[in-house]
Amino acid sequence: MSEENRPSLLDRPVKVINIGLEDFARGLEARGVEVIQLDWVPPAGGDPKLADLLSKLGS
Amino acid sequence: MKLIEDADAEALRRMLAGDPVLVDVIPAAEAIPELGEGMILHAGPPIGWERMCGPMRGAVAGIAVAEGWASDLGDAERQARAGAFAFHPNHHFGAVGPMTGLTTRGQPVMVVENRAFGNRAFCTVNEGLGKVMRFGGNDAEVLERLRWLRDDFGPALGRALRRMGGLPLKSLVARGLTMGDEMHQRNVACSGLTLRALAPALAETAAGTAALSRALAFIAGNDQFFLNIAMAMGKAITDPVRGISGSSVVTAMSRNGTEFGIRVSGTGDTWFTAPVEMPEGLYFPGFTAADANPDMGDSAIVETIGLGGFAMGAAPAVAGFVGAGAPSEAGSFTRRMGEITLARNPEWTIPAMDYLGVPTGIDIRRVVETGIAPTINTGIAHRKPGIGQVGAGVVRAPMACFTQALVAFADSVGVS
Amino acid sequence: MSAVVLNEVRKGFYLDSVALMRLSRSIAEMAEVEEAALMMGTPANRQIMAEAGLLVEAGCTAGGGDLVIGIRAATAAVAEAALAEALAQLDRPAIRGGAVSAWRPRTLRSALTEMPDASLVLISVPGDFAAAEARKAIRRGLDAMIFSDNVSLADEAALKREAQALGRLVMGPDCGTAIIGGVPLAFANAVPRGAIGIVGASGTGMQEVSCLIARGGGGISHAIGVGGRDLKPEIGGISTLMAIDALDADPATRRIILISKPPQAEVAAVVLARLGRSAKPATVCFIGARPMAMPANATQAFTLKGAARAALGLAPEAPAPIPVGLAVPAGRRRILGLFAGGTLCAEAQVLLLQAGEPVRSNAPVPGAAREGRADGGHLLLDLGDDAFTRGRPHPMLDPSVRDTPLAEALADPQAAVVLLDMVIGYGAHADPAGHLARMLAAEPRSGGPAIIASVTGTEGDPQGLSAQIATLAEAGVTVAPTNADAAGWALRAIGAGTRR
Repeated sequence: MSEENRPSLLDRPVKVINIGLEDFARGLEARGVEVIQLDWVPPAGGDPKLADLLSKLGS
Repeated sequence: MKLIEDADAEALRRMLAGDPVLVDVIPAAEAIPELGEGMILHAGPPIGWERMCGPMRGAVAGIAVAEGWASDLGDAERQARAGAFAFHPNHHFGAVGPMTGLTTRGQPVMVVENRAFGNRAFCTVNEGLGKVMRFGGNDAEVLERLRWLRDDFGPALGRALRRMGGLPLKSLVARGLTMGDEMHQRNVACSGLTLRALAPALAETAAGTAALSRALAFIAGNDQFFLNIAMAMGKAITDPVRGISGSSVVTAMSRNGTEFGIRVSGTGDTWFTAPVEMPEGLYFPGFTAADANPDMGDSAIVETIGLGGFAMGAAPAVAGFVGAGAPSEAGSFTRRMGEITLARNPEWTIPAMDYLGVPTGIDIRRVVETGIAPTINTGIAHRKPGIGQVGAGVVRAPMACFTQALVAFADSVGVS
Repeated sequence: MSAVVLNEVRKGFYLDSVALMRLSRSIAEMAEVEEAALMMGTPANRQIMAEAGLLVEAGCTAGGGDLVIGIRAATAAVAEAALAEALAQLDRPAIRGGAVSAWRPRTLRSALTEMPDASLVLISVPGDFAAAEARKAIRRGLDAMIFSDNVSLADEAALKREAQALGRLVMGPDCGTAIIGGVPLAFANAVPRGAIGIVGASGTGMQEVSCLIARGGGGISHAIGVGGRDLKPEIGGISTLMAIDALDADPATRRIILISKPPQAEVAAVVLARLGRSAKPATVCFIGARPMAMPANATQAFTLKGAARAALGLAPEAPAPIPVGLAVPAGRRRILGLFAGGTLCAEAQVLLLQAGEPVRSNAPVPGAAREGRADGGHLLLDLGDDAFTRGRPHPMLDPSVRDTPLAEALADPQAAVVLLDMVIGYGAHADPAGHLARMLAAEPRSGGPAIIASVTGTEGDPQGLSAQIATLAEAGVTVAPTNADAAGWALRAIGAGTRR
């Protein structure tokens, strides 16, 4: 799907990527909402210098 | 950055366009003209005798005797200490070797030609399991087998391959993936497919039925026969990917038993190294983790092209090597590796994962960003020379290799 | 070595070497078993077993297609038991299908390969990382709801400007509530779908209004949170304006409610002008604001209850009849409010001020004083404020945050009324009323202040509105139908008159 042509929030089915508190994902799942829980960790192990390099390099 | 995107696209294009064909077996001295007397190529990033681990030293002693440079193992060690041998990484000469990975002029090497780019890569013939030189074994049985490989088996295999016009590997690996191989810890299917393909030509070119029988039995008796072919294939595929300015794609991962090293396309031939980690895995009866040598070998070249630990989903039985992982979780490894790679190989797919392509093109940026280190399936050598393989397992590439590489890579594209 | 070695050969029984190694390990780990191996009987394997002291005559007959079991143990009984166990494990049917997959994507990038049509990211990682994750999401065509707080104002402004340019909506940071297309996100209540759309810079304000609309027979099309700082001049109401755009264009929405703290005049002007360009009627509740000029299609509400009633087409004021017997200790008139909901605290302040009662708060509305030395006056505390939640969960998640201030309030010799809120719904604590009841049961209450509370929630919420009310009533709490009524009752109980 082209990113520019994505419909607005209210015009598409709610499908969630949850980053953080798992309770939110479990709650959505329980109500039949499609949700993916990320196994999130601070990018670059939380090293601000590496994170800064990465943001400049893109990925 | 546009520069990086374009460079990585080119790196991927080259990696996926590779057309590896096993074409010949020739003496290493012929394959690598620089390979002179007393010169020993080894697995991993550069290392000298003084820092080599036990199995590597054991293998050095063994190969020096086999090459006729030393009268016995003790003499070989004395000479090594005295600096009689010149050590260089396989990777610097278009070669790769499993575990200790020693390559010397007298050994036969299998030749894989990348027909899309015209380059060639070399790897010695897999000796089988048990006491073998790649695990540091160096007793009479080991040395006798090496002589047979050099004098009989290697030339016979070379004749057969030349008669066949070469054995194309890309489709063979694709079939192996559908048959449960991941080409590092499990090569049962590919070894069988290779034997099936080679047998008629071997029969045609064999010196006699006894020689043919021994050659066929040797291949048939070694489930890992294909590993060394897969490694030469990996080297042949990755060499054209080297040296693309601005590319963050890993072109080599390798261990010398002391250090783990990686190379990145955009930073050329620089090795980024860190102390190698201990593999985690299962041990043969009578051995425990206390017997294990740190991780070793050029074989991680297969992970570099999306096989081995990256293709775990194709080989659920191998997933058990991590100990806790159930075979049904094998796909998780492949998916996790998908987070640090740029693409899926459309020609190498995994049926049980709905024909998902193997994750290909390790991007150091993604490794550092996610904190997910490449997972490598590996054999475990005994820490003492001459004992051999004591288990198999999984090892993670040290993150420090990738963080160092990232800093140097950023510098190479003018970012600090 | 006086150990016993046992071999058994299973002819033509093939198992993968890895499976066999795992089995070997589990047998070798049995008590008093010295060593064990299950291997296919190839010469190389038999050699390994021989060297490990695991091969006797029986095993030497095995061929490459046969499985050899070798066990060495201290006694024959142990060896026999281990062999039996090995055979049992070999014959056990394939084990566990397991979960579909334990794998979870680490990055948004790979989550999107699993769910290419994802519409929204819900972000609750530490504030230092939240803006960066949201930026990745909007660049990939997703909208973002940021529950996290501690995002800098500069990051919020930059993020929202980029989102605006990309046509993506950023809800938050510090956005606790949204209901999109009937899907409650983070903290929200079970409300029916309907024609009323809400844009809110306040989570509990949106919850109270949506619950009162539901209880009044109405429904919610969407409730879009924008974060508490969206109407600050630095942000300029970017998300509020985009949310109004979206509701304006949404055919299911026929009426719009805007809820916020009072914005600065220039931001208010922009937002009100945008509402005025809509053909849809609007209700504006800038909680704590004075009467303002409204566009022709908009009415101003001064309380959350008033906003809900206006949206339902009802008269703004309708105080609930005060229950008979609500009494406060003689000679006392201090109201102490302990709120989990920041906007509920603000609404109560507004009502006290309207009644001519000076009030202090840690989160004062215009006209209220910042919390100072205890002086016996009315004090309404927002317990969701950083001072109370530093290193602790929000009181909506953990009602025990209120325990200590509540015990102090109950013991306050001047306290006439303790005013409380209970916010239930998705995401909230499973039983806040029950927690309060247990806490009150342990407190000496005779002669102390009256406790008046309201419950923000609906019957459909997991905790159940009537169940929470019943629990409170049993614990001796007077339960008002709305937060506004709770404040009104408190005022009436101390003899203050509501003037409006």
